[in-house]
Amino acid sequence: MTEIRSAFAVRIRSIRIPLRRGQARAPGEREPELPRRPMQPNPIVPPRTVARRALLALVAIMSFLACLSVAAVSIVSERAYDWRNQIAEEVTIQVKPASDGDTDALVARAVDVALQVPGIRSAVPISEADAAKLLEPWLGRDFDRSELPVPRLIAVRIAPGADIAALSRRLHEEVPNASLDDHSLWMKRLSSMANVMMMLGLAILLLVMVATALCVVFATRGAMAGSRDVIEVLHFIGAEDSYVAREYQRHFLVLGLKGAGIGGALAAGSFLATGLVARFQGSTPEEAQLRTLFGSLIVGPPGYLGALATVLVTAGIIAVTARWTVTRTLKELEHSSG
Amino acid sequence: MIDPSESVIRFENVGLRYGLGPEVLRDVSFSIAPGSFQYVTGPSGAGKTSLLRLLFLSLRPTRGILQIFGQDAATIRRDKVQSTRRRIGIVFQDFRLLEHLTTFENVALPLRVLGTEESSYRRDVSELLDWVGLGEKMWVYPQVLSGGEKQRAAIARALITRPEILLADEPTGNVDPPLARRLLRLFIELNRLGTSVVIATHDLGLMDQYDARRLILEAGHLAIHD
Ligand SMILES: Nc1ncnc2c1ncn2[C@@H]1O[C@H](COP(=O)(O)OP(=O)(O)O)[C@@H](O)[C@H]1O
Ligand SMILES: [Mg+2]
Repeated sequence: MTEIRSAFAVRIRSIRIPLRRGQARAPGEREPELPRRPMQPNPIVPPRTVARRALLALVAIMSFLACLSVAAVSIVSERAYDWRNQIAEEVTIQVKPASDGDTDALVARAVDVALQVPGIRSAVPISEADAAKLLEPWLGRDFDRSELPVPRLIAVRIAPGADIAALSRRLHEEVPNASLDDHSLWMKRLSSMANVMMMLGLAILLLVMVATALCVVFATRGAMAGSRDVIEVLHFIGAEDSYVAREYQRHFLVLGLKGAGIGGALAAGSFLATGLVARFQGSTPEEAQLRTLFGSLIVGPPGYLGALATVLVTAGIIAVTARWTVTRTLKELEHSSG
Repeated sequence: MIDPSESVIRFENVGLRYGLGPEVLRDVSFSIAPGSFQYVTGPSGAGKTSLLRLLFLSLRPTRGILQIFGQDAATIRRDKVQSTRRRIGIVFQDFRLLEHLTTFENVALPLRVLGTEESSYRRDVSELLDWVGLGEKMWVYPQVLSGGEKQRAAIARALITRPEILLADEPTGNVDPPLARRLLRLFIELNRLGTSVVIATHDLGLMDQYDARRLILEAGHLAIHD
């Protein structure tokens, strides 16, 4: 092959066809500056078209939004899980004041009974002073406690799977004035609220994802509208379909990774910023409030992982759409016959 | 190597229509021998471009038999089409250079899409560019080339793979008569090197300069002047 090739080259060189050769120059005259070769070979797929810059911006924005909704859903689901766990770990025993006045004895008995039930980690009476503090916002600082039959409270921490029903039964039988509040009503409400929020979040996430995918598909096809000429030339000079498809797929994958990467990075940056504000140490009540607000917005690892997945999936959709469009264009070229 | 007695291309009663339109080509029969030189001529709209498109498989005949390198165009396997096309060099009437590539890159494109390393073809491409007189325009983009220079770049791109047959659609349509003469000499030289040449042209002056076989299209019918 190389031999044939060089023989061909020799024969070509031996033919002198005076096609607009460089003009003869006077002696001493400098050769005119010739255009230099580009530093890098130009890519087969033409870069930098207006439609592609628009696609880049759109992909960045859409993936930013998608990452935010992934983070929002991950926050809500994490919080809902935490609440449920915290509340499920705690029940309260209420002891109504005894008519004979010895409420302390009743409280002690209730604590004893509670600690005998398997699965109970601790049972700690809330002191009258603490109870008063809890009531302070409603009753003021200087009310006379003896005037009001305030029940005494015992905070009980339980292990998962503890027999709450047995605790309730035994209290009922052995401590006349005691009753168990297992927060079950509150739990049920909270749990259904958390479920609703999760479903809502997932629905929003799904919508955002579908919208992103559709936008990206149509924008990619738009960005490829001008590619028909290039694809046609590549096809007619004998490029294999797989080569053309691969070139376009790679080009758009890079574009997608860039665009979605920018969106994802912006999202991750804003997650980090909320995290920093939440950890910001300050002593004024405003700062404490800010901390609480942002603390509930801290994005955990699932949020970051979700953002990464969003970026990869978005870039993947773009690459696949580009490939599909090229393949379809090539098919059309082959079937344009009469 | 090709058996000289065998034809590179054979048309037998070929008919062509676009969609439901009238037949653009009717009962066209001819063959092209290896190393031959011919003009396809006829008035504008006679079907010269359509005939060339049939020759490089961009169109399929609506009826009749078309054989290219011994393969039937109607039944050629899809995965054979591109390798067959690579044995054919085509110069489009509108050049079809890629605007974002330099002259060198445009000419090297048919090799590049095969995955060939640039180092292995760099010399061939620059020699070919010198040969067509574009040595100094190697690194400029098509936007700054004149019509004649684009024409020569398009010809060089068709030649770089050293095809067995070269098809050129109105190659002198955009150039002044002196350059047309030089391009014709280039095709003649190429033909002497063994390539079959088919030039579609309605330029009678061009054909008078070099006498060769003429395939004359008129209202879809073909007449041959050997
Ligand atoms: N893509 C097409 N669709 C429909 N008709 C076409 C198409 N291309 C060419 N034609 C018609 O075919 C006839 C021959 O055209 P063409 O091959 O371009 O002639 P020429 O190259 O000799 O000028 C013309 O009547 C033209 O209108
Ligand atoms: Mg034409």
